[in-house]
Amino acid sequence: MSKNQEFVKFDKVDKSYDGKVLVVKDLNLDIAEGEFITMLGPSGSGKTTCLMMLAGFETPTNGEIYLDANPISNIPPHKRGIGMVFQNYALFPHMTVYENLAFPLKVRKISKDDIDKKVDKALSMVSLSGFENRMPAQLSGGQQQRVAVARALVFDPTVVLMDEPLGALDKNLRESMQYEIKHIHENIGVTVVYVTHDQSEALTMSNRIAVFNDGKVQQLSSPDKLYEEPVNSFVAEFIGENNTFGGEIIDLSNGTCKVKLSHGEIFANPISVKSKGDRTTVSIRPERALINPENKMDNNHAGTIEEVIYHGDHTRVRLNLLGNSEFILKVPNSSKNLDIKLGNKINIGWNSQDARALDPK
Amino acid sequence: MSSETQQILTTDGIPLSVSLKKAERKNKIKAFLLVVPLLLFLIITYILPIGDMFMRSIDDKMVTNMLPKTFTAMEKWDGKEMPPEEVFAGFYSDFKILVQNKEHGKLAQRLNKEKNGFNSIIKKLFRQVQRNKIDEGRSIKEQIMKVHKRWRDVEYWQAIKRTAPPYTTAKYLKGMDMYYGPDGNIMQVDEDRRIHRILWLRTLEIAFFVTLFSFLMGYPIAHLLATLPMKYSNLLMICVLLPFWTSLLVRTASWMILLQQQGIVNDFFVMIGLVADDNRPEMMYNKVGTYVAMTQILLPFMVLPLYSVMKTISPSLMRAGKSLGGTPFVAFWKIYFPLTIPGIGAGCLLVFILAIGYYITPALVGGASGTLISNQIAYHMKTTLDWSFASAMGLMLLTGVLVVYWVYNKLVGVDNIKLG
Repeated sequence: MSKNQEFVKFDKVDKSYDGKVLVVKDLNLDIAEGEFITMLGPSGSGKTTCLMMLAGFETPTNGEIYLDANPISNIPPHKRGIGMVFQNYALFPHMTVYENLAFPLKVRKISKDDIDKKVDKALSMVSLSGFENRMPAQLSGGQQQRVAVARALVFDPTVVLMDEPLGALDKNLRESMQYEIKHIHENIGVTVVYVTHDQSEALTMSNRIAVFNDGKVQQLSSPDKLYEEPVNSFVAEFIGENNTFGGEIIDLSNGTCKVKLSHGEIFANPISVKSKGDRTTVSIRPERALINPENKMDNNHAGTIEEVIYHGDHTRVRLNLLGNSEFILKVPNSSKNLDIKLGNKINIGWNSQDARALDPK
Repeated sequence: MSSETQQILTTDGIPLSVSLKKAERKNKIKAFLLVVPLLLFLIITYILPIGDMFMRSIDDKMVTNMLPKTFTAMEKWDGKEMPPEEVFAGFYSDFKILVQNKEHGKLAQRLNKEKNGFNSIIKKLFRQVQRNKIDEGRSIKEQIMKVHKRWRDVEYWQAIKRTAPPYTTAKYLKGMDMYYGPDGNIMQVDEDRRIHRILWLRTLEIAFFVTLFSFLMGYPIAHLLATLPMKYSNLLMICVLLPFWTSLLVRTASWMILLQQQGIVNDFFVMIGLVADDNRPEMMYNKVGTYVAMTQILLPFMVLPLYSVMKTISPSLMRAGKSLGGTPFVAFWKIYFPLTIPGIGAGCLLVFILAIGYYITPALVGGASGTLISNQIAYHMKTTLDWSFASAMGLMLLTGVLVVYWVYNKLVGVDNIKLG
């Protein structure tokens, strides 16, 4: 059985709350069946609004959303059969864990025996068996989170939406929950639409990530592509760390371009520049620039070390390079510790393929 | 390990609990001194008056003090046959003192309440005593029995004996339309004279329905207040509170203007053709007026606790309910409504207790069929001056409120009340 590549489809969706500003602009997004897709973006970028439109709590101002090829704009939330995990869990405080999980089953008129079985299964899935009679207030944040996940899955929905579900947890718990949710997804194969503003969360969990900004999807691709090959400077900046140079194209040939900076010139990979004279922002990942490279690299420049920060597994070095005093390098601490001292001049090299000339900021 | 628990000492060797007490003593005294004024205020303005009311309601010492010798003599009397000579002698010497002090009128009044017919025979006896017609040398029993035939009736002497105890619960019985019969049994007042029972029932009925109406009207308002955007909810809140800040009397008076037969509401009904001009319904001086005015006046007491509870219910709970497949009604009934119960409890309790003792509004718009027990209490305070009866009914009302509170505590739990 081939998976439906357009299981959820946003078709030219616009959304405005006040009739003056578009929160979501001309959104087109296809989500495949069984996929874990993350909507990532800064707050106010329209990602939660998209989720709410899919859940049915907001209506698109224009356009249509399809679920398994059926338009759903006129279907009320309770008939969509979409599970949802809320930011603050939204567990019903007056019901026990069992009653919380049984609620979606009871309203579907499922028999008592089947409810017991399904609740049991869902609770063991999130390793909370034996917590049936606890009240939500008696659970820790992480446990409440698991109950919320179990409740969203217990009635076997085809799509589960998660709205920043891990936002309220501390760092360690958040990381372990990320893996847990990922594993649950892998085991039951449900389609998950996940909203977060935490890029590491998005990179860890997703099959594909849709980066939102300003009401638009800036880039939709797998985590590695998103990181290695950002298509514009917003994505380059938002995902991971990023060194940038602003400049002007002075030569464009054979898949490389020459960029004139305020101090010097570099070679780069033209991504969104078309012709000579274009302004551009060149983006280089910190780990792509090497100190005293052994192999020949087509960019080689000297810089002055301005700051050295020890990070345990690696050392971050801030350089002044070609007029950019915010140039960051990550040096693994296992490597021969070269000559990293404050004020030293060192030689930095990178391949022009890794320096992506994007749209100007 | 030794089984006895070791006493923990501080570094200077004093037991820890002693040190702790010493360290906390100053704060405790300070805290107590801070609440002393309030405590005194409460005792003086609340506890003492209620105590005084209670004493007043059961007090029956007047006759006891007026006829000390009579009651001493009566202790040996079986209360069935005519009393012996000593009782008459004691009564005569008590009565002589009353005549000297001109207090026989009070006695006549009090005994007449116990049994009709005392007024005239005491007046008759008074005239005999004033004219020194009673010869103390002869049998006083014979002479008094000659004054009037009722003095020969044993029932009148039984009535006197019943007034002997210094305390009585007669006022409470009267509040429930009952009284002590001649042989001390509790009797029912004739059916056509049972006015207090009607008033109690009506008070409960009106309090119940006012609570119900306030709830039905207040719940949606409170919900709107809690969910509307700040800009509108503030305006609505002012609309709810504005009547709250207006004088009670003014509000009641404005209802009188609205509801009277030639009033604005009736004019409007006639205008839209709902009623004929010569057949305007009476909406005032009856229960309708009391319901309308009291509901409006007590509505904020329902809305505010409800609002404060609803404000704390996250909107995502309703959303969660819907996304899990509950229809809007199921989501409301199974999720939202149970969470508002503390507010409902607080609002209903507040409105019911206020309504059960409401006075001004029923007095002004209630008319004959819309007055409540509180109006009856006021009537006895101000018009008949029967303060002990007013006190007894006041205490019965207070007891009723406490019972409501107790039942509520059993059903919902006072811990669950949320006033704000």
